[in-house]
Amino acid sequence: MASALFFYLFAVLAVASGASVILTKNPVHAVLFLILAFFNAAGLFVLLQAEFLAMLLVIVYVGAVSVLFLFVVMMLDVDFAELKAGFIKNAKVGALIGGVVLVELIALFGYRGLALSPVMNPSAPIPANITNTRALGQILYTNYVYYFQGAGLILLVAMIGAIVLTLKHRQGVKRQSISAQVARGPATGLEVIKVPSGGSVIPPAVKHPEAAE
Amino acid sequence: MTIGLGHYLVVAACLFTLGIFGIFLNRKNVIVILLSIELMLLAVNINLVAFSHFNGDLVGQVFALFVLTVAAAESAIGLAIMVVYFRNRGSIAVEDINMMKG
Repeated sequence: MASALFFYLFAVLAVASGASVILTKNPVHAVLFLILAFFNAAGLFVLLQAEFLAMLLVIVYVGAVSVLFLFVVMMLDVDFAELKAGFIKNAKVGALIGGVVLVELIALFGYRGLALSPVMNPSAPIPANITNTRALGQILYTNYVYYFQGAGLILLVAMIGAIVLTLKHRQGVKRQSISAQVARGPATGLEVIKVPSGGSVIPPAVKHPEAAE
Repeated sequence: MTIGLGHYLVVAACLFTLGIFGIFLNRKNVIVILLSIELMLLAVNINLVAFSHFNGDLVGQVFALFVLTVAAAESAIGLAIMVVYFRNRGSIAVEDINMMKG
């Protein structure tokens, strides 16, 4: 009974905050509602005894992705009111297509004849006496280790891609050039100037290694 | 009153539909489109975990883990592209993104 109560709490809140994500005018609020939606989905995962994925959802999404979104939304100086134009016009088409999809999906799931019964031989049965995290680790690091490494590779590529895309080399900024400093020897670091007797010289500009770059 | 597989699937269907609806509704705003894609991926994850629980098969959770990974990578790259685009054009309106049109 309590689990049913919690299910309806989490489900209603998840769907309501999902609706708020797309309906709210302020993108910062949209991101905050997305965080709420992910929290409630994590609650649903806990009810489904997938504790590891629930915590992962909270850590990865609420902790990393949503903060990234918030950073970008606050960093970009965008006139969001202008982007809201055509809201009602688009809403009709969107409501039509979304409504069709929703009706189809719910009709499919609500169909009594659909065999939603357990499969006979699951490829990786959930072990009864160990925790979810441990069971997931045991299967992830053995049967799925190549996929796991592939996922790590995808994250590496994404990280390098994001850095390469957003890194900006500004011109006219003095930077330290370690190789030029190390290569500086007596030949380049010292200059003998012949001063004529009785005369004077204006010293040439001191050659710094970073200026020579 | 027991909560079965169908209940979770309906919740996921609602979230997925909200994601589709959000893409149509905010057709000009790339940020909300990315948020809608996140919502749709969340719905897919709920489906996977629900099937995993009710079928007693752990592979669904492994797959949900990979979906989560790809979703995080996708949003990072998407936001990076958006930042670069905003730096170049000063706007993130979707209809302005036609520089690569042949």
